[in-house]
Amino acid sequence: MILLQGNEAVAKAAIAAGVRFFGGYPITPSTEIAESMAKLLPKNNGVFIQMEDEIASMGVVLGASLAGRKVLTASSGPGISLKQELIGYAAAAEIPVVIVNVQRVGPSTGQPTAPSQGDVMQARWGTHGDHSIIALSPWSVREAFDLTVKAVNYAERFRTPVILLMDEIVGHLRENVELPTDIEIYPRRQPKTKENYKAYQPDEDLVPNIANFGEGYHIHVTGLIHDETGFPVGSPKVTRDFIDRMHKKISKDIIEVQTEFLDDAEEAVVAFGGTARTAYQAVLNARANGKKVGFIRLVTIWPFADNFFANLPANIKKLVVAELNYGQIFYEVQRTFKGEVELCAKYDMTIFEPSEIEVCL
Amino acid sequence: MYQLRLSGSGGQGVITAAIIFAEAAVNQGFNAVQSQSYGPEARGGASKAEVIIDSNPIFHPHVDKPDFLLALTQKAADKYIQDLNPNGTLIIDSDLVPNVPKFENIISLPITNFAVEKVGKALFTNIVALGVLVKVSNFLDFDTVKNALASRVPPATVEQNLAALNLGFGSV
Repeated sequence: MILLQGNEAVAKAAIAAGVRFFGGYPITPSTEIAESMAKLLPKNNGVFIQMEDEIASMGVVLGASLAGRKVLTASSGPGISLKQELIGYAAAAEIPVVIVNVQRVGPSTGQPTAPSQGDVMQARWGTHGDHSIIALSPWSVREAFDLTVKAVNYAERFRTPVILLMDEIVGHLRENVELPTDIEIYPRRQPKTKENYKAYQPDEDLVPNIANFGEGYHIHVTGLIHDETGFPVGSPKVTRDFIDRMHKKISKDIIEVQTEFLDDAEEAVVAFGGTARTAYQAVLNARANGKKVGFIRLVTIWPFADNFFANLPANIKKLVVAELNYGQIFYEVQRTFKGEVELCAKYDMTIFEPSEIEVCL
Repeated sequence: MYQLRLSGSGGQGVITAAIIFAEAAVNQGFNAVQSQSYGPEARGGASKAEVIIDSNPIFHPHVDKPDFLLALTQKAADKYIQDLNPNGTLIIDSDLVPNVPKFENIISLPITNFAVEKVGKALFTNIVALGVLVKVSNFLDFDTVKNALASRVPPATVEQNLAALNLGFGSV
C-alpha cells in the first residue's frame, strides 16, 4: 500500500499504458498530472513538452499521435474549452488521444481549485457536430489509475478522443492504494496491407488501421469529411456513411455501471466521480436507518448507459441523481428511466455532505 | 476513526504536513485519505488540509468534526473552532493566534518561533507542527513518521526536517 494522489495515479497509469508523449499547459486542479509526467516521461523514453497554451497543447499531442506515440494531455475548465476545436479534429481524423479534464467550478475561470462536475455535457458536446467520444469518470485513486489505462486502450482501439472526466475531489485526493502489476495494453493499430493501402478503410470493427506518419505509407489527414482514401469528398452518401461509422464504431461493451443493494431497493441514488463516494456513504447511512436505498455509479459517462436505466428492475420506483452541478446527468437519467427521477444538485464550491444527499431520499 | 484538520495560510506548509501524517498512517497499516482546499494564490490565501484515518474503508473524503485542529492563523482558528469535536484538541501558534478561542483542550506553542530560533527557518514551521500533532494524537509510531518525512522532503533538508519534527514532538 502506498499513499498516492489521483492526479499522480493518472500519470503513473499513462506510463504503464504506453503513453510516451505529453503536451500540456498547467492549470489547477490538473497541474500534478503535468508535473508527474514531466518527471516520468524522460525516464521512460518519452517526451514532455509544455506548450504556450492549451490549444497548442492539443495540437502537439495530435501530431505526436499521428507519428505513432500514445499521447495524453490534461487540463481543467478554461483549458478544456480551448481544446474543443481540436478534439473535434481528433474525432474526424480518427486520431487516438486521451484528454484528462479535472473539473473545477465554471463557467470561464469560475472558482479556481474548487470542485465541480459541470463539464458532463461539454464532454459529450463541447466540440461541434455529430462525433464520437468516450468519457470515463473515476471515484477513487485506484480507479483513476485503472480508467486511465482503459482510456488509453479505448483511444487506440476506437481511434477516437477519450475524456477522463475527473473532478477536483478525486484529482487532489490522496489515499492508500495497491497498484496493479499486470496491465492489459491495446497496441497501436497497424495497416494489414501495403498494396492499394487506403488509410481510412474501416476494418471489421469499423475502425480504420491508419499507418503512423513516417512508416512508409501514403496518408492524408483532414478534418473535412473524407472517404476511405482520407481525401475530402462532397457527397451525401460519404457524409452519411462517415457519421454513421463514427457512432457505430464505439462498442457498447465499454459501458460500465457499478450497482449496490439494488435487490431490495425501492429507490436508488445515481452518482459518478468523487460525488459517488459521498453518495455511497449516504446510502449506507440511509440503509442503517431502515430505508431501502440502492446505489448506482456511472463509470462510463459517454456513451450513456441507456439500456441499463431502461431495464432497471421494477422494485426501483425512484432515482435520485446527485451531482455537483445545476443538473446534467439528471436529464439523461430522466430520458432513459421509466420511473420518477429527482435531482439532488449542488453548485456552491463545496462537496456534498452525506446528510445533504440523505435529505433528497 | 480519527479526523484531523490542518489550517493556516498558503506557504505555511499545512498540506505537506498532512501528506506526511497520512503517509505514516498508511505505512502503519491504516486506511487514510488526505484532501485539501486552497485559494488561487500561491501564498497568502487561506489553506486547509484534512486527513481521515480509519481501519475501515473511507468513502466520503471530507472531515466534518475534526478530533485535532491545527490553526496557524487567527482567521483559521476563528473559522474552524466551531467544527472541532468537543473532546478534541486545538493546537495553535501562540504568536499568530493572539485571541485564543474558548475551548477546553488547547495546546498553545510558539511553533513558528521554534522553527526560526531553533531550526533556522520559518520554512520548518509545518514540520514542528507535525511533531506536535503526532505527539498529541498519539496513534502514530514516531519512527514511521520520521521515515515518511525523510522520504517526502528534499534529501538535503532531511536533517533539519527531522530536527524540526523532534522539536515539535518534544515540546508537549
